Amino acid sequence: MAGIPHDHYEPKTGGEKWLHSRLPIVGLLYDTLMIPTPKNLNWMWIWGIILTFCLVLQIVTGIVLAMHYTPHVDLAFASVEHIMRDVNGGYMLRYLHANGASLFFVAVYAHIFRGLYYGSYKAPREITWIIGMVIYLAMMGTAFMGYVLPWGQMSFWGATVITGLFGAIPGVGEMLQTWLLGGPAVDNATLNRFFSLHYLLPFVIVGLVAIHIWAFHTTGNNNPTGVEVRRTSKEDAAKDTLPFWPYFVMKDLFALGVVMVVFWAVVGFMPNFLGHPDNYIEANALATPAHIVPEWYFLPFYAILRAFTADVWAVQLVSFLTAGIVDAKFFGVAAMFGAIAVMAVAPWLDTSSVRSGRYRPMFKFWFALLVVDFFILMWVGARDTEFPNDWISLIASTYWFAYFLVILPLLGIIEKPLARPATIEEDFDAHYPAKGSASAAKPVE
Amino acid sequence: MLKKLSLATALAAGLVSSAFAAGDAGHITDYDFSYEGPFGTYDQNQLQRGLHIYTDICSSCHGLKFVPMRTLADEGGPALPEEQMKAYAKEFPINDEFANPKLFDSENEEYRALKPTDNFPAMASPGNGYGPDLSLMAKARSGFHGPYGLGINQFMQGIGGAEYIASILTGYTGEEKEEAGTTFYENTAFPGGWIAMAPPLYGEDVDFADEHANDLESEAQDIAAFLRWTAEPHQDARKRTGFIAVLFLSFLTVLLYLTNKRLWAPIKRKD
Repeated sequence: MAGIPHDHYEPKTGGEKWLHSRLPIVGLLYDTLMIPTPKNLNWMWIWGIILTFCLVLQIVTGIVLAMHYTPHVDLAFASVEHIMRDVNGGYMLRYLHANGASLFFVAVYAHIFRGLYYGSYKAPREITWIIGMVIYLAMMGTAFMGYVLPWGQMSFWGATVITGLFGAIPGVGEMLQTWLLGGPAVDNATLNRFFSLHYLLPFVIVGLVAIHIWAFHTTGNNNPTGVEVRRTSKEDAAKDTLPFWPYFVMKDLFALGVVMVVFWAVVGFMPNFLGHPDNYIEANALATPAHIVPEWYFLPFYAILRAFTADVWAVQLVSFLTAGIVDAKFFGVAAMFGAIAVMAVAPWLDTSSVRSGRYRPMFKFWFALLVVDFFILMWVGARDTEFPNDWISLIASTYWFAYFLVILPLLGIIEKPLARPATIEEDFDAHYPAKGSASAAKPVE
Repeated sequence: MLKKLSLATALAAGLVSSAFAAGDAGHITDYDFSYEGPFGTYDQNQLQRGLHIYTDICSSCHGLKFVPMRTLADEGGPALPEEQMKAYAKEFPINDEFANPKLFDSENEEYRALKPTDNFPAMASPGNGYGPDLSLMAKARSGFHGPYGLGINQFMQGIGGAEYIASILTGYTGEEKEEAGTTFYENTAFPGGWIAMAPPLYGEDVDFADEHANDLESEAQDIAAFLRWTAEPHQDARKRTGFIAVLFLSFLTVLLYLTNKRLWAPIKRKD
């Protein structure tokens, strides 16, 4: 696909022409920065820039932290304290890095749910969506391994529990777990490889982000109407779009400013609020914490993992049908990864011809319920598994799957969508009518 | 609608937070400390009193292995005069011979005096009657939880590590029981109600040069504040940095808002 028609970079001076005929890098940068962007994008389209910022923040602070950190079971905890006490500004670096991870996940969840609501995953943006899901998985892996590095109690026991999930895979599980850990239990080999991979994965994410951006720069951004930019001519396209620079750069920078104010307030005034006190106790293989709780951003999927116990009839049925190969533990693991997998295949589960949720009256309700469901899972993931929490997590987990596997396919068939604007320009003009125009339509949002 | 949702996401990330180690938590008093809130700073005199209590009482069983002696002279801490800090380090006794092999001077066959660059001695913990290291205790415990796992109390009152410590020290009821050869002491603040540590403070355990109050409540808060400092020595500087960052970023954000507004005005037909 050639992309949305717009003016391309033209080398003018001799020097520019010389470079352009050998390496068209200025043209690449120009086209990337000047890409025509739907002019009706709302404030939910700012999260991409926040995420890019987070990635850079984490890499920069992380590289400096790695200069002072020691990945050894006897020294790791003390080296983090060394960073907190002796390294100039070390406490700030570490708190920025730790809370930066939280901001990263706040932004990625907002970004994902925006995509789910406005149908950004639908054709022709499936590749963008899938790459996005791979980035999300890589983020989770990076965050999980990063949390092990301070070598506190939650680091150690979280690593023990999560790597134990791989042990639940029938047949090869135990072998796989030992291979992952570099030994029979979480120990120095584990810490070392996690440090190595924690340093590597962010750069893999950088590459994936480049592909993610490449993909949606080819298809063009989605927008709140879900109506595509007109590509019939450069003039038509210009009516629907504005160049990314300066319009969306300024808008995104303003949004980033707001987010940064909140972020720095958290880092400056309550940097441990999102952490767990137990991680200020050095790892001890002989003392298990009363409650092993993952970081907040893993809780929804942790809740799904724990929801499917041996008491659930579906688990018993699957266990019976597979002659016990799939036990409750493996069922839970499969459910946890499945919860992300069903999200990844949403482009093929959603049968509706209408892209944006704005014009889908029934969808709106079920989507809102999915958002509520996500927060309920997050909340219940940190609770104990006593009644009624076991039932809450089971029902909430079931809804997560039902939304993707049943509701999305059905809605496309039974739902009667509302009328959509013919063009992005029409939608924009309805929000911002020309002066003296009679059709002073009320802004929708 | 999505605007509201994004706000909710940001909020919920804050709410669904750390306070999960609930169980049958004991009663924690919400003591007022000078360092609370965005602008609160450590009370230097209180930290010095706390250091006094730690030295006279706590240090016989608990180490502070992550705290360098020199930091006692740091601004934003007890801020002892340089000479006093050096003298303090030199006089500090090493109780646990096994936990501090590097301090052993093999030529003279004795433990050398501590230098400002040394940390407080470690204690082999637990066992040999020694208690856990206290360097990070004020961040490794949470006084406040919930309600319903929402983290709202920690948002309003703080995580409450120092409050937990002070509440433990004042929470003894005087009851004792013996189980499997260990004596346990009833304590209203300790999860489960029975703690292995004998009451360390009774009130008037130390005398302060400035004749500051030395009742149990006052002593407990002084040592709790001191341990909060050992756990988070750069807190004052961090809050200052945070405040300056928020101030400048707010200003920058206002400028960006105005720039963005003017840039978009002709597009939105608002000029």
